Amino acid sequence: MSMKPNAKTVLEVKDLQTYFKTDAGIVKAVDGVSFSVREGETIGIVGESGSGKSVTNLSLMRLIPSPPGRIVGGEILFEGRDILKLTEKQMRSIRGKKISMIFQDPMTSLNPFLKISTQMVETIRLHEKDVSTQEALERSIEMLKLVGIPSAEKRIQSYPHQFSGGMRQRVMIAQALSCNAEVLIADEPTTALDVTIQAQILELIAKLSDKMGTAVILITHDLGVVAGMCDQVCVMYAGKIVEKAETDELYARPSHPYTEGLIKSVPRMDTTKKGNRLFSIEGQPPNVIDLPPCCPFHPRCHKAMEVCRHAYPPVKDLGKGHEVACWLFADESEKQQALKEANVKEKAE
Amino acid sequence: MTKYIVNRLLGMIPTLLIIITLSFFIVRIAPGGPFASERKLPEVVERNINAKYHLDEPLIQQYGRYMFDILRGDLGPSFKYKDYDVNYYIANSLPKSIVLGSYAMLLALVFGISAGIIAAIRQNTWLDYLSMGVAVIGISVPLFVIAPVLQLIFAMKLKWLPTSGWYTTGEGWKTVILPAVSLSFAYFANIARLTRSSMLETLRSDYIRTAKAKGMKNTTIIFKHAMKGAMLPIVSYLGPAFAGIITGSIVVEQIFRVPGLGKFFVQSSFNRDYTLIVGVVIVYSAILIVMNFVVDIIYAQLDPRITYK
Repeated sequence: MSMKPNAKTVLEVKDLQTYFKTDAGIVKAVDGVSFSVREGETIGIVGESGSGKSVTNLSLMRLIPSPPGRIVGGEILFEGRDILKLTEKQMRSIRGKKISMIFQDPMTSLNPFLKISTQMVETIRLHEKDVSTQEALERSIEMLKLVGIPSAEKRIQSYPHQFSGGMRQRVMIAQALSCNAEVLIADEPTTALDVTIQAQILELIAKLSDKMGTAVILITHDLGVVAGMCDQVCVMYAGKIVEKAETDELYARPSHPYTEGLIKSVPRMDTTKKGNRLFSIEGQPPNVIDLPPCCPFHPRCHKAMEVCRHAYPPVKDLGKGHEVACWLFADESEKQQALKEANVKEKAE
Repeated sequence: MTKYIVNRLLGMIPTLLIIITLSFFIVRIAPGGPFASERKLPEVVERNINAKYHLDEPLIQQYGRYMFDILRGDLGPSFKYKDYDVNYYIANSLPKSIVLGSYAMLLALVFGISAGIIAAIRQNTWLDYLSMGVAVIGISVPLFVIAPVLQLIFAMKLKWLPTSGWYTTGEGWKTVILPAVSLSFAYFANIARLTRSSMLETLRSDYIRTAKAKGMKNTTIIFKHAMKGAMLPIVSYLGPAFAGIITGSIVVEQIFRVPGLGKFFVQSSFNRDYTLIVGVVIVYSAILIVMNFVVDIIYAQLDPRITYK
């Protein structure tokens, strides 16, 4: 992990909104998310279950199941083009080739009915038409060796069920990177694996992204993973990014009460005394159906103020690209203004 | 695999013997007999008949005699139709039922699987509702309604096809169409519904999402990635279904005057035609056992996670 401040931006997400229409109402799974990824950079997206991490990244691939889901607003700029405006055919040439994805559960993410060789070769041949089957097979074997599959020449002819979970995730990574993807989206890649394997897989992702210059978007709920791997972190809550900063900065100065709580709730070997209970954030994540205009975290926040109940906080830059959306950092005048507007609105209703 | 196949084939023998034994005794437990009628036969005549068919012997001796005959491939004489034996009936009618059933199954498979896949990939569109609507009709409208309606339309009104009969020469193939279509309807409906639900489930699985994330086309995903998995439930349905369809249907045979095996299942029971009952039971069970075996083999071919030792 190394910051590359001069590297060019490969992917830029601007004000992305992905909504799901359900019988109960509209679920704003992702509501105004913006971030950007530079070449070779690793960016972490953290948050609780249901905070919109996975939906954000499925939106990047335009793989939101539709209906009920729909990307209703925003832009996703990849190599200067807005992905959301591409045709389905153009989009297919980006998926798996320019932007690849690996998933949470390696046990079910590979097709159990097809040999590893078939699945890997088809990926390469799909995107590089002039590559012969033999060449694609050779490259696949190379990739398997690269991710540390022993006797890859033989193992490539096996079926997924003949591999362990960790090995399957290695195969997934090999497949995802076999076309030299520029961005790798890793959706909780280690959640379903044994703890001993988790570190190996993360190390592998870090090593390969470094070697191949692939930018990585790492989705996780494990702050320990983020600390070890990411250059930048976005903290998501109820479909919005509440805090965004470089990793070291975020750990040194967690500013949003939610981030603070998350960091405090990671068990630590050095400071936690025996008998002390581990910190946890009280309450449940909010129901994102028809969320009123307010800070969605206020019911669980120990620093909540009157204004938090009435308006969503503006995003403030604390310097060095450290952004936070919390009323604690807003000016007094802004708070007064927001309260006044909220009052007017409530009276009108 | 070879060892498994040999073991399964050998295992069929005791299964069949048990089925034969059970049906042999069960038919004899049922009240009445092949020669019981409303008018009492003179005692001498009855005694002669019983002696001719060995019904006067102790049951266990009859059983021994019957089993001995079966091992030689002789299913015995019919108790009802003089001068004919069970082998003759089965040899004459089973091939016709197999031909008819195979055509019907072919129709059901081709249209059922296509309709199911279309319904699945166009879920909740008019194509889905149309296919499933036809399938519901296929399941809920009985054969004895479907068959005459088809006769009315295609034979009486349009005069494209003969109403009934079974010929093997010249334009005989025309006689197969209506009975095969009628027979296939219920099977088509089941296959279409099974395919739809199984395809929908497969399309929701993680590995299909992976295939999409690789940038594959929908058609490739369906035929290369989803098909095998989606076909598994259909394959297991096909075993018993095929055994049922090629042993004939009395309704279709009566309406279209097809000389198939189906009618013997019913007639032999009414007649208490002991040997014929057991005969058709043997044929049906043997086919069913073989079909289930074939299904298991196909399963292993489709799903690499299944291996037999």
